Amino acid sequence: MARHPLHDVAIVGVHNTAQARVLDGHTSDTITLDAVRGVLADAGLGPKDLDGVSIGGQGTQWIYQLGCGPAWRSGRGDGIPQVLEAASAIATGLATTVVIAAGSAGVYTERESTAPWTRPANEFVVPWGLFTAAEFALIARRHMHMYGTKPEHLATVAATIRNNGHVHPDAIYSGRGPFTPQDILDSRMVADPFHLLDCSMTSEGGAALVLTTGERARDLAQAPVWLLGGGGDSYGPSYQHPPVFDLTGRLGTEYANGWAGRLAAQRAFAMCGLTPSDVDVCEFYDPFSFEIIRQFEAFGFCGEGEGGEFVMDGTIEVGGRSPITTDGGLMAFSHGGATVQLLQRVIRSVQQLRGGCLSRQVAGAEVAMCSNGGPGALFTDVMLLGKEAA
Amino acid sequence: MTAGGPSREWSLAEGELDAQGAGIPLPRPTVVSKPYWDGCRRGELLFQRCRACSATVFNPAPACRQCLSSDLAWERSAGVGSVYSWTVVHRPQTPAFTVPYAVAIVDLDEGYQMMSNVIGCRPDDVAIGMRVRVEFRAIDDEITLPYFVPVVAPGAVTNP
Repeated sequence: MARHPLHDVAIVGVHNTAQARVLDGHTSDTITLDAVRGVLADAGLGPKDLDGVSIGGQGTQWIYQLGCGPAWRSGRGDGIPQVLEAASAIATGLATTVVIAAGSAGVYTERESTAPWTRPANEFVVPWGLFTAAEFALIARRHMHMYGTKPEHLATVAATIRNNGHVHPDAIYSGRGPFTPQDILDSRMVADPFHLLDCSMTSEGGAALVLTTGERARDLAQAPVWLLGGGGDSYGPSYQHPPVFDLTGRLGTEYANGWAGRLAAQRAFAMCGLTPSDVDVCEFYDPFSFEIIRQFEAFGFCGEGEGGEFVMDGTIEVGGRSPITTDGGLMAFSHGGATVQLLQRVIRSVQQLRGGCLSRQVAGAEVAMCSNGGPGALFTDVMLLGKEAA
Repeated sequence: MTAGGPSREWSLAEGELDAQGAGIPLPRPTVVSKPYWDGCRRGELLFQRCRACSATVFNPAPACRQCLSSDLAWERSAGVGSVYSWTVVHRPQTPAFTVPYAVAIVDLDEGYQMMSNVIGCRPDDVAIGMRVRVEFRAIDDEITLPYFVPVVAPGAVTNP
């Protein structure tokens, strides 16, 4: 098999800014600036070392601010696909060293309502009181109906992730645990079957990464973390159409929306010849507890309908076979709006593969898998990263 | 507060889910969706069917999702179907919503799916497979929303 072009791309810088429910004195621009400065320091690079910028819709503003033109630009701000796009640009010679960043502060101010990014104004959604928790609940409910998945399964996921955040010194909900599954079930109901503690938080923060060529990566400050594979499954725009588990497109029910991420994972594993049993760390996206159960099934870690039992008995704790979301994720680390928390799944994967995480380091971690999205939003993206190049 | 179309007269028992009142965020009809919302105001639940391949199309769209033909015709649904999935919401999207409310995806008998709220029963009664029929509620002069209520018994089914 010819060497995959993405295998000559590495992540050489990662940074999370301060994260908080509210970052007093910050705007989205100032916290993004903190993220960019932080990631350049981590990588041991200066702004003039960058020849590519991927910072959402503000990319060109940042090229000017960084003074790094002429530079390749992206308009994306969608997490893993944005990282894969930057990696592809590097692999094809469009750029050599790309900074990816996002920051959000001062966006969520109407606290009586759910966060603005959770409730778009689509005419077939808005009068029914939909927001993200309800969208994802409709998927979870269908799975419970099909397979007998129980609230206790969901609660075990939430307690595990929240306990990872409880011991993480930089998590917003650091020290707020520990939690038992019963604590999750005892919290007030938000959108049945999701209790409050089954749901992610809302917060503010920034995050950034730097990617470069394998050749350049070997000369930089940090041990490079290598791209092994990736993929993205989308079924349509988020929060406009009914989040139907059985929604199909060009492929059959095996690839229905409820299994979003299945094809993406198959492609990602095929790029590097690995299987789910090779994954040491599962930095999965956790907007809601059920989503972890579904991802284990969709990505091939267990069979359809087996995810509920799969997450019991310590399998998903650090020390177990498939440790999940080791920084506390969207539930306990941070969930800074539209993009930041998407990138943070990649960042935590890099931290685990570098080794030396201050909490919940997975011993000997060599392969990490991270994800974004979920069928409540009609997409799931995945990426595989390695301590060694493929 | 029943829309212009014919509809069963009924009243809620205590603890039963009701429609939302004025003040909730309302749909803004587009060129594509205006016939649908006009239908709701008349008490008619409309959907599109492709004249080229007979597929049903909903949400309203400019072209068929199966064959991409633009030759779509509006048809009237009998307004009867089954609950495909549901969630009872206790934390509202905005303060304009009264909780709890039951969000549902409904499988219409004509073979398409739509989102709505189930009303006219207790939150604990909502279940996958529950038979429901449309119940229109006028929210203001322009917008009438298609809610769904349980079909209590086969004899009680009345097409709107």
